[in-house]
Amino acid sequence: MSTTTKEISIGDVAARQAAGVSQMEGEERMALNVGPSHPTTHGVLRLIMELNGDMIEKCEPVLGYLHRGDEKIAENMTYNQFVPYTDRLDYLSPLANNVAYAISVEKLAELEIPERCQAIRVLVCELARISSHLLGMGVFGMDAGAWTPFMYTFTEREKLYTLFEELTGARFTTSYTRIGGVARDIPDGWLKKVSKFCDELPKAIDEVEKLLTRNRIFIDRTEGIGEISKEDALAYGMTGPNLRASGVDLDLRKDKPYSGYEQYDFDVPIGTRGDCYDRYLVRIEEVRQSIRIVNQVIKNFPSGAWYAEDAKKIFAPPKEKILNSMEELIQNFMIVTEGPQMPSGEVYFEAENPKGALGFYIVSKGGGVPYRLKIRAPSFCNLSILDKLAPGHLLSDITVILGSLDFVMGECDR
Amino acid sequence: MIANEVAYNGKVEGDVIVTKADAVINWIRKHSVWPMPMGLACCAIELMASAASRYDISRFGMEVMRFSPRQSDCMIVAGTVTYKMAEVVRRIYDQMGDPKWVVAMGACASTGGMYRSYAVMQGVDTIVPVDVYVSGCPPRPEALLDAMMKLQDKIGNESSVKNLKKKPPVVAG
Amino acid sequence: MQDNFSMIDQDFTDGLLDKHDYLAEISHADCLTLSCKPAHWVAFAKYLCQEETFDLLVDLTAIDQGDTADIRFEVVAHFYSRVHHDYLRVHIDCLDNDKPEVDSIASIYPAADWHEREAFDMFGIIFSGHPNLKRILMWDEYPYHPLRKEFPLAGIDTPLPAPDVVEATDASVEPAPMMGGPFVSPGSGPMSDAEPRAKDESWTEETEKPV
Repeated sequence: MSTTTKEISIGDVAARQAAGVSQMEGEERMALNVGPSHPTTHGVLRLIMELNGDMIEKCEPVLGYLHRGDEKIAENMTYNQFVPYTDRLDYLSPLANNVAYAISVEKLAELEIPERCQAIRVLVCELARISSHLLGMGVFGMDAGAWTPFMYTFTEREKLYTLFEELTGARFTTSYTRIGGVARDIPDGWLKKVSKFCDELPKAIDEVEKLLTRNRIFIDRTEGIGEISKEDALAYGMTGPNLRASGVDLDLRKDKPYSGYEQYDFDVPIGTRGDCYDRYLVRIEEVRQSIRIVNQVIKNFPSGAWYAEDAKKIFAPPKEKILNSMEELIQNFMIVTEGPQMPSGEVYFEAENPKGALGFYIVSKGGGVPYRLKIRAPSFCNLSILDKLAPGHLLSDITVILGSLDFVMGECDR
Repeated sequence: MIANEVAYNGKVEGDVIVTKADAVINWIRKHSVWPMPMGLACCAIELMASAASRYDISRFGMEVMRFSPRQSDCMIVAGTVTYKMAEVVRRIYDQMGDPKWVVAMGACASTGGMYRSYAVMQGVDTIVPVDVYVSGCPPRPEALLDAMMKLQDKIGNESSVKNLKKKPPVVAG
Repeated sequence: MQDNFSMIDQDFTDGLLDKHDYLAEISHADCLTLSCKPAHWVAFAKYLCQEETFDLLVDLTAIDQGDTADIRFEVVAHFYSRVHHDYLRVHIDCLDNDKPEVDSIASIYPAADWHEREAFDMFGIIFSGHPNLKRILMWDEYPYHPLRKEFPLAGIDTPLPAPDVVEATDASVEPAPMMGGPFVSPGSGPMSDAEPRAKDESWTEETEKPV
């Protein structure tokens, strides 16, 4: 990271001492507490900063204000009962979390997922990515002082919410996936609506770009601020658009494709300088690439089963079968009360979430309840660089840096 | 409710409205409630959505979401309150000026929600007095707007003049 | 499930095991899993970072095997290599069950800093050589380590970390009521006990709140 050093003239030290200004080693330092309740932080994050005038000397993030004990809760619940908790990790893209969790448990059981189910999951993940980046960039604009992009992106997100509601029943916090499939098949006519939404979305993104991308004030506030070098980004475990903006070509959808991503043709935007402006550009371009993927999925949408039909002890069969057949009734009872029966072993799976790589490390000793479930949260790792990144910047840059890192405390604290 | 209505008897008073002080004070207060969004978790996103253009909270005069407790009337606790965060919530509540109200938005703020664990406070009413509870995980923006309307009804029924004459409470801490 | 994109094959594994005698292969089910002797952990981490291409520390966590196990605490680290397109998992045992301790690799992988703080917070594992080992998710004065197996999900009575709030409202950190969920059936044992109930202690009208 390039540290900016500026000469500050602080005047006559003796005169200041006489005037009674408190000092530390001849410099004027002030301790400032930002948060946890503060409009510019994306959730409850507390920053304990030491300032030298307007320049940040030290910045220590304090987490844990939203620690809800998800990992301990997971040790007491069946695999399907835990799905609603995964929604609330990165609550800007709940569907992507659901898919990541379902795939990691299915990997433990070594289940084969049919193509239609995989296509539904890819579609839903990309829509979640669009939703998360839209909000991220809207709020980033708001952090830099622009109100209008926030309103525009929220309007588009409302259209997405209507789509999600028709598919899953909830606007967000959808809890849509189950181990072995999804909760229900897509309704008739839904794909046409998604298609229509994707046709209208590029215009809205163009409007947001018109407001921000070549805006002199925005560029002044974000270019050159918060530069993260390639080595730093890798050393601090960053993933996702933050890592790619620093120039590292790592996208799990291309490197280790899951759920059928290898069939789709899309590009991965890579940044050059790793500053806030690059991170913004990377995210805007990712939305456009997501639209491309969604269009491809809809064009070649496979038919067939939407859940793993041979997973007898894992996936609860659909309601019509349960209410009409004894065997399915018993199967449903066992899966609901004891949980999907998993073999013992351990598995680690990461999915490319909008915030980064969301990983689940599951240790199972057999049965329907995991022994240990660790959630590897991308925001937790992305935020750890703040210690190193903030010093050398001005106080007003911290809001822009936090906005560009685009983290969510729900998954950071779990 | 009827006792608090603004009464106008044109024949006798002409251009002057004669009513109870309570009616006027409550009418003014309920139509410009300035919320202090204590947006902690997912409910904050629905709070922002209710402030956005589709479920415009500005229709009720509540779009002034200043994050300063000194400038707000109603604290909307949106999200899970953990024990670590409890101190902060209470401190901000204490910094708000009278009259103030609290809306517990969502299941987590009302009762701890689905997080029955060691770190989550089972309901924000342990530390602040709550006026309206909104259920839902997260509540739809329409539910939040309904809750704000109920809060408006509650404000309309307060005896504001009696409360004005009381000595202000001593702020703890 | 066979991973078609991984380039970690048997030759790579054999080469690694031959070079470092303190490693042992545990499995290769979803990714290569090795166990490393605690005394050589830092050296191996340095080797992975500098000689091999595993420059991304993805995750570092711990597992509590229960207080009846021989080795109670294990630290598990995951690394990713962009060249091999695959993960590497390393298990390190904590030799002492009462005072678990492992060397810190925060000097080699700065990402480990916060992960080790979280493992300390949740399990009580001391990472020697860590620059700033204090709690990260719970408040500093919290007396317990929540993810240990004997700690109940509902929590244990402790005072709230804010004396002024306690004075004003008389609140404290109380165990959460487990009545009403989550309900899981044990799966083994007699059928008469198979009724779904909260797996952790149940606080109902019949049984009292845990202390």
